[in-house]
Amino acid sequence: MASHADRPDLRTRLQDLIPKLVLSPSVAAMVVFVYGFIAFTFYLSFTDSKMLPRYDWVGLDNYVTLWGLSHWWTAVANLAIFASLYIVICTAIGLTLAILLDQKIRGEGVLRPIYLYPMALSFIVTGTAWKWFLDPGIGLQNTMHLWGWESFTFEWIKDRNMAIYTLVIAAVWQTSGFVMAMFLAGLRGIDNEILKAAQIDGASNWNLYRRIVIPLLRPAFMSAFVILAHLAVKSYDLVIALTGGGPGRATELPATFMYSYTFTRNSMGIGAASAVIMLMTIAAIMTPYLYAELKEKR
Amino acid sequence: MARASQDTAVTTGGPVRVGIYLVLLLFALFYMLPFFIMLVNSLKPLSEITGGNMMALPQQWTIAPWLSAWSTAQIGVEPTGLRPYFLNSILTVVPAVAISTMLGALNGYVLTKWRFRGDTILFGLMLFSCFIPFQIVLIPMAMVLGKLGLAGSVPGLVLVHVVYGLGFTTLYFRNYYAAFPTELVRAAMIDGAGFFQIFWRIMLPVSGPIAVVSVIWQFTNIWNDFLFGASFGGTAQPMTVALNNLVQSSTGVKEYNVHFAGAILAALPTLVVYIVAGRFFVRGLMAGSVKG
Amino acid sequence: MRHLSILAAFATLTTGAALAEPSVEVMHCWTSGGEAAALGAVRDAVVAQGVAWIDAPIAGGGGDRAKTALQARIAPGNPPAAMLMLGQNIIDRANEGMLGNVDALAAAQGWDAVLPAAVQEFAKIGGHYVSVPTIVQRTDMMWLSVAAFDAIGAEYPGTWAGFNALAPAFEAARIIPLAHGGQAWQEAYMFEAVVAGVGGTDFDRQALVDLDDAALRGPQMLDVFTQMATLRDMVDSNAPGRDWNLATAMVINGQAAAQIMGDWAKGEFTNAGLVPGTDYVCLPVPKDQGDAFVYLVNSLSLFSQTDPDQIHAQEVLASAIMDPAVQVAFNIAKGAIPARTDVDVSGLDACAQATLAAMASNDAGGTAVPTFAGTHAANAAIVGAATDAITEFCNSDMMPADGVTLLADSIADAM
Repeated sequence: MASHADRPDLRTRLQDLIPKLVLSPSVAAMVVFVYGFIAFTFYLSFTDSKMLPRYDWVGLDNYVTLWGLSHWWTAVANLAIFASLYIVICTAIGLTLAILLDQKIRGEGVLRPIYLYPMALSFIVTGTAWKWFLDPGIGLQNTMHLWGWESFTFEWIKDRNMAIYTLVIAAVWQTSGFVMAMFLAGLRGIDNEILKAAQIDGASNWNLYRRIVIPLLRPAFMSAFVILAHLAVKSYDLVIALTGGGPGRATELPATFMYSYTFTRNSMGIGAASAVIMLMTIAAIMTPYLYAELKEKR
Repeated sequence: MARASQDTAVTTGGPVRVGIYLVLLLFALFYMLPFFIMLVNSLKPLSEITGGNMMALPQQWTIAPWLSAWSTAQIGVEPTGLRPYFLNSILTVVPAVAISTMLGALNGYVLTKWRFRGDTILFGLMLFSCFIPFQIVLIPMAMVLGKLGLAGSVPGLVLVHVVYGLGFTTLYFRNYYAAFPTELVRAAMIDGAGFFQIFWRIMLPVSGPIAVVSVIWQFTNIWNDFLFGASFGGTAQPMTVALNNLVQSSTGVKEYNVHFAGAILAALPTLVVYIVAGRFFVRGLMAGSVKG
Repeated sequence: MRHLSILAAFATLTTGAALAEPSVEVMHCWTSGGEAAALGAVRDAVVAQGVAWIDAPIAGGGGDRAKTALQARIAPGNPPAAMLMLGQNIIDRANEGMLGNVDALAAAQGWDAVLPAAVQEFAKIGGHYVSVPTIVQRTDMMWLSVAAFDAIGAEYPGTWAGFNALAPAFEAARIIPLAHGGQAWQEAYMFEAVVAGVGGTDFDRQALVDLDDAALRGPQMLDVFTQMATLRDMVDSNAPGRDWNLATAMVINGQAAAQIMGDWAKGEFTNAGLVPGTDYVCLPVPKDQGDAFVYLVNSLSLFSQTDPDQIHAQEVLASAIMDPAVQVAFNIAKGAIPARTDVDVSGLDACAQATLAAMASNDAGGTAVPTFAGTHAANAAIVGAATDAITEFCNSDMMPADGVTLLADSIADAM
């Protein structure tokens, strides 16, 4: 029978335990289904797995083969181009639209869903619609010709060098509205007193935004970056639906490369190696960023 | 607590406002255009599409493509349209969204109000899990599901979606709860309230907006997911697989009008969710907007 | 004892579920038009035997997505009853021990006698019938628009040089000489058609089946790439990314003169109501080095099952596929030729009859070559690497000699 002096101890111990218990299923799930699988993939990248996982060690062979494939270099270069353009342009458009919408606009209730709705569509739908729109024969170029502007050309999607930019266009269309919503929320959370004080001090609108508002939006920038970066890295359905990786292999991304080698070409070892490289790159970028951001949030 | 959308203190003059409206309208056009094209072309007979102007309104309006996409289009050997697959999607999405949102709320609550050593690292690890490309997890997940006896079943698919949505829901709730004053929680603890009591009575009632964000995000991602549904759906394939079969048909005339009708049908639930819950969306994302 | 009886009741309930109507789950990527109708013929026969057909279609990527879903089914040990697979994929899986066989049924029904050797190579692996062939398709075909050829008053080409010479005339008449869909897999099929046509059967075997490095870098390969370069110039600028059936549509409405594509293209012509000989002509691609026939076998492979009901259902499926009546119905819907040699082919059109005759003569003469682009001649990794090189060549202005080197290097790296 617990004495009066024991009860607070028991309660405190329980209080300590319950939160961790509550968190533990999620942590367990992460450990198994995310980090466990990453470890599995890491291991597979050192084996000669073909169609099925095999566990015979071959050392760095897969990595050597991987970096010898021009196909892989194309995919990596494409990711760099695509991800940087996508993240920068989405953030810029999202921020701009949010700032503009925040100016006491009439009809915001109508405009906001219009900006947001593309996020509701699946990438397959977006890719299909944009593939149509960008096709010279049936899409924009054809319409311009039919409307009389004969010399208009927009054949990026058929051009090896420009096709990657069509991916950027479609992806930006899909997510910039969502980024706008994040920035709009951030803007609405800024205390007006700070702005009024600066206005009294004679700050122009431009300086107001540059010096005060945008720095205060750091949490929104972080969330936007996380969301956009993850979408850029995972881009598979959009690429397949829009260009199929083409023309040739000009719009291959690491995600499509990994899929192709693992499942289509029965070269799971190389696929795993490419996945490990992808993950290491993500970790290299995200870890310092998250570290900096989360340290502050204390 | 968070004040509803406040008007900004920034003021803008006349010509600037005209410019603002212009820019906003141009972007609205940019966003609406593809949808408008899909909608308009889904109401045309096929003859008007091939060789016609994609932007032109139908000369002959028809809803046959919609009927076909819903119930008679060829999805496999059977001409069933998308209808049978809708239920499969709903059976998967609703539980997955509910569970992952609830868990995310609990996680966010723990990570912000019940701090302990290493909780930030844990949060960082959970955030990082958002980035794992799904193709990597296919084979090992299939093996694990097999061992759990959940392979090819709806509960198995729900499990998969919950696990890979946890990172995001935790992110949303954690950021939201971080702005919630800890004093209130401390006061309640002193009053003798327990872990769950505080959660039910204090945190949940104000979590409406962020719950909406989490639900919208999860609903969209899970509803639109193809890879997991195709791989783990077993015989209860979700609607995205059916849509993919519809638009990727490799032989025969490409019935663009049916494809577009099908695409819009498939997107309707998420569009409805966005439009209905959209106004709470921005409110929900307003983390850190507590005024004194 | 109470526990035992409860256990027994539980066991009966669960096996009771298994005792429900036997069913066969078929995974495939045929989701439209003629293909679905063809598979439907098999389904009807299976259902008529009292076995339920569970359809598991996943379109896209020429079967890639279905392959992925299959992997997700195999990993936990829960494969479907049957899957549409091509060439070396069947061999690979048989070697892994995943496939079951219907040898007893095959012996009873005498399959050995009615299936050509070329077909058996991809159905009977290691002496066991692990896969049931439905149809044979010819990939080295050319489809010509009568209207286009009439417009310039030309004869149908019997040699590559002859075809090349017609291109300027077509262009002058504002007709695209070659309709082409700029997707990697299409370029691979076009390539192997040119290899068979320009290089001949022996060269095809050395280069694409034996993967002999000397042959891959030799003068004949240079000729192949030179012809590919010429074809590359005949294609219109809108080709990249175009779906194959849209290219066929260009031939159907006379915008283009020819398309090099496997005989699945015939279905498009038939659907458009065109008549072979009158509106379009189906010819094998020009053969400069003697006759050759590049074939692709379509079959349903059977996964190993332990449940006797499942095994029985698979046998019903196999039996239905090999049923002569089903073979004919399948072919009429799909537009190919039956795998069995002893079916009544009077219902097939002129193109199919010609293909059938060509198959028989080439099989007998030893000049039938398995398709490379369809992963029969080589495995998926090698075909993938080679396709990378081929599509790179087709989508750039690479010189033929460089193309040869690129292809040989790519294949060597993948081996």
